[in-house]
This record gives sequence, C-alpha cells and structure tokens, in this order.
Amino acid sequence: MNPSLSWNLLEDVQVMLSYHFMLNALRASTIVAIVAGAIGYLMVLRRESFAGHTLAVIGFPGAAGASWLGLSAALGYFGFCLAGALVIAALPGGGRANSGLGGHGEESAGIGTVQALALACGFLFVSLYHGFLSGLNNLLFGTITGVTDTQVLVLLAAGLLCVLVLAALGRPLLFATIDPDVAAARGVPVRALAIGFLVLLGVAAAGTSQVTGSLLVFALLVAPAAAATRITARPAAGLALSVGLGLGITWLGETIAFFSPFPIGFWVTTFGFAAFLLASAYRTAADRFGANPASGRRHVSGSPA
Amino acid sequence: MSINQPVTIAAGPITGIANMLALPFMQHALLAGTAIAVLAGLIGYFVVLRGQVFAGDMLSHVAYAGSLAALAAGIDPRLGLFAATIAVAVGIGLLGGRASADDVIIGNAMAWVLGLGVFFLTVYTTYRATGNSTANANVLFGSIFGISAATATFAALLAAALIAVLLLIARPLLFASLDPAVATARGVPVRLLGPGFLALLGATAGEASQAVGALLLVGLIAAPAAAAQRLTNQPWRALALSGALAVAALWAGLALAYAIPALPPSFTITAAAATEYALAATISHHRPSSHHSSRGQMTVEPSA
Repeated sequence: MNPSLSWNLLEDVQVMLSYHFMLNALRASTIVAIVAGAIGYLMVLRRESFAGHTLAVIGFPGAAGASWLGLSAALGYFGFCLAGALVIAALPGGGRANSGLGGHGEESAGIGTVQALALACGFLFVSLYHGFLSGLNNLLFGTITGVTDTQVLVLLAAGLLCVLVLAALGRPLLFATIDPDVAAARGVPVRALAIGFLVLLGVAAAGTSQVTGSLLVFALLVAPAAAATRITARPAAGLALSVGLGLGITWLGETIAFFSPFPIGFWVTTFGFAAFLLASAYRTAADRFGANPASGRRHVSGSPA
Repeated sequence: MSINQPVTIAAGPITGIANMLALPFMQHALLAGTAIAVLAGLIGYFVVLRGQVFAGDMLSHVAYAGSLAALAAGIDPRLGLFAATIAVAVGIGLLGGRASADDVIIGNAMAWVLGLGVFFLTVYTTYRATGNSTANANVLFGSIFGISAATATFAALLAAALIAVLLLIARPLLFASLDPAVATARGVPVRLLGPGFLALLGATAGEASQAVGALLLVGLIAAPAAAAQRLTNQPWRALALSGALAVAALWAGLALAYAIPALPPSFTITAAAATEYALAATISHHRPSSHHSSRGQMTVEPSA
C-alpha cells in the first residue's frame, strides 16, 4: 500500500481519501489531535509529563491483554488507562501537580515503577498470546491501517466527553494548576481536581494510543502543547494553538506515512519535535530581540522570570 | 517461551535449584544478571535521590533507538547502544545542569528518539535480509536467557568496572546530591559530577537493557532504590540495600521464569522489583508527608 506521490497534490489527496481505512485513520486522528492538544496543554502546565507518558504506556498491556482474551482493543485501552490514572493518583504525592518532576524523587520512582510493570505485563500478554509478535510493533508504534468504524465512534464519544468535562472544569483547574495554594485557600477542591485531571489524561492517552501507538502518544500529548506554551502565555490562545498544531502534525504525518515506507509514528514524532524546536527558537529570539518585558509575555511553563 | 529445553519435574526444591543451576543459559543469565542488578540497584539509589528517574527513562528509550540504529547499520548493537546512551546522557547533563532538564524538553526529545527507533526498525526490517521482529522484541524487552557465555562475561566485567567507578565517586556524589550548595562551598566539583553521573547512568542503561530490555530497565533502576529509601534513612545503608534488593529481584525473577516457562524473565524480574517497592511502601506508610523531597528529610524519618 505504497502509492507513489505524483506532482498533482489534489489528485494525491483524492487517491488517499478513496481508501476507507485512510478515511477512518484521518477521522480518528482528528478527534485524537483535538483531545490530546487540549488535555496535553494542561498536562504541560501542570508538569505531569511523566505521568502522561506512563498512562499512555499503560494502554499497551490493556490492548495486548484484550487481544489475548479476545476482547475489543478499545476496551483494553480505556479500561487500563483509567485504572492506571487511579493508581497514579493513589501513589504518594501522585495527585499533586508537579509530580514526576526532578526534586520529587520518590514520586517519580513510583511512576517509573508503574510504567515498567505495565510494559512488562504487556510483554507477558503478548508472549501468552502466541503469534501476536508482529502486532507488537503496531501496538507500540501505531499503524494507520487498523482503525475500524466502531473504534472511530468510541473515540468520538470519549473525545466529546473529555472536551465537555474539560470545558466544565477548565477554569478551576487552571487556577489550581497555576497557583495551588491560593486556589486551595479560596476553597477550590485542588486534590479532587488533580484526580479528575489524571482520569481525563488517562482517557486522552488511551485514545491517542490507538492512533500513534502507546510509546509515541507523547508526540501528540506533549509536543504541540509545549510548542504552544513557548509561543503564547495566554491560556485560551495557547489551548487553541496547541489543538491547531496537533491537527497539523497528525494530518501531515498521516499523509506522508501513506505515501512513504516509514510508519506514522516516525513522522508524527518528527513533526512534533520540529514544531517544538521551532517554537523554542521563536521564544529565544523573541526574548532576546522582542520587546518589552513588561508586556507580560513571559511563557507560562518556564521558570518565572 | 524463553526456555527451549524441556523442564524436568524435580523431586524437591533443592534438586530443582540444582537442575536449574546446571543449565548453561541459566548460568550466563545469573552471571550477567547479578552484575547488572548490583549496578542498577546502586546507581538507581542516586537516580531516585537526585530526582532523575524521568531522565533515566529517556535514556532507556535512547538505548532502544541506538540498538536499532546499529542493527540497521549492520554493526554490533552494543556499539550503538553504548554510544547513543552515553552521548545523550552527557548532553542532558550539560543542558540541564544539576537537576534533571526540564521535563517538557525530556518528553519531547524522548518521543522523537522513539520515533527514530521506529525509523531504524523499518530500515532494519526492510533492507536487512536477516531482519525480523524477534530482534526488535529482544531489544525492547530483553532476552536474558539468550545471552552467550562471551556476552555474559563482557557484561559482568563492564558492570564491575562501572560499579568500581560509581563507588569511587560515591562519597562526593552523595554529598553533592544531598546538599549541592554546601558541597560546592567545600570544593566538591558539583558541576562536573552531574554530567559524569549521567554518563555513568547512560552506560548503565546500555548494560541493563541487555538484561531486561530497553523498556523495562527503568523498573530495575527505580523500584529497588525507592524501596530501599522507604526502608532506611541512612544513605549508605540505603545504597547497599538498594543493590541487594535489585539482586534479589533478579534472582527471584529468574527462578520464577524458570519454574513457569510461560512467564518471560523480563516480566518476572520487573514484577519482583515492583513487588518489593509495593511491600516497602506498605510497611512504611507512616512516612512524613511527601511535600518534603526525599533529599531533605533523610535524618528526620523514624526507621520503619
């Protein structure tokens, strides 16, 4: 399935869209890019990247176990990721923003242990389910051929739910993220919000896993969001930018993956990393030549100036 | 699935263990595995103490990309493994200063490194006649029962050398990890120790990925160390305990994988290490609030 690229781009896109699997892949990745872009933005602000990576990885034993037991992969992804979110929330200090950062050695050690155990379980399930080894790469690194109609519907439902919950929690969550102490003093339920956010992160990671594979979820969860925080400090603009970048990265990645021998995971991570590097370069240039420090454009995720 | 020979049912546990130890592949696994576990446990203590688990995770992913790049180029995977992990470790160390580099930067770089791994995997399976997905699974999840005598000896010697280096710098490293400001004032080369330690961690990642695979080595590095820090608050005792717990996890894992051939050894080793941490966390649940980092309160915590 490697149609060659002609010079007529419009025709190429038409050829690509004439394949049903490609249509499904684009639908799924569009949903996933929106959800991952939005949730990822908050994840980057909350500095929970390590937890996000671990949640994504937990999807792998879920999917492998579901295949082994003959259940649907989506069930495994969402079931395991939700359970994983609750486990991480229960770890010492796991429910706080900032967990997994340097300086909180034991929390990140706990998360790392959960991650290794999840991967080991996934490997166990793959071993038990003989003949599945070729599927291993698809589970870990994603494929554009595997998305079914039902999977798209499940992703749509999960994505809508995520976006609605995020819209409802957005304001207090942002408050609790940026200044947990003041938020707690004002009566915002910081701890409950933290757990709620980890669950949302679990859903987003589970959905993203199904497109990029468990190991490369980061490409959509962290790269667009990190690039957005480098470009603007305003939460609303950053959120929109993060979603937009996510969409651009996935669409470009899927299209090029369709026309090249290399898998989607490679392209999506490469474009994501490139976007992040460009945004970082822009930030450095803007800080050096730009302007007036009083304009309040210092970026949110870095150390306060 | 990892044991090829049929396992005979032993009359008793002693005979069973004797049977197990008589198998050459088991001897190689024990030799390489024990040395690697001591190294992982010892260095893991410092990794957890310095809050660099995420960086260790990143290095494990680098180990994957490095191995596959070497496979794709047709050279010894260990060459790519060590070259990649040590180079990236030094890079992180130079970028990030003492604390781990920004987690967002690590996360981004990590995703791309894995993406590169997939790229090399595709090159390997497409253009190398011998390319198959078993090699990929071995790099990801290890194949400790498949280690040859020569590889085992090499791994054990390298681990011994790395342990010697670590013990040599252990005292200033501990000082610099616990209180960098005072250590700097006393003339400890803190800025040199950071990248140096990460280089050592990179080499360890390369070593450990041969035992449990690139994806699971963070378990062998983080879990015994976190368990040890739970159980004692004296640095030297915790360091020794961390090494001992890692070895215990490896031995238990190997024995379990031998006894139940359906279980891959990488799974049993990781599960044993995670169990240690879970048990230690349960025993010492009265630990003070985690708002203080594990650094500051080593002497405050009542022993469990």
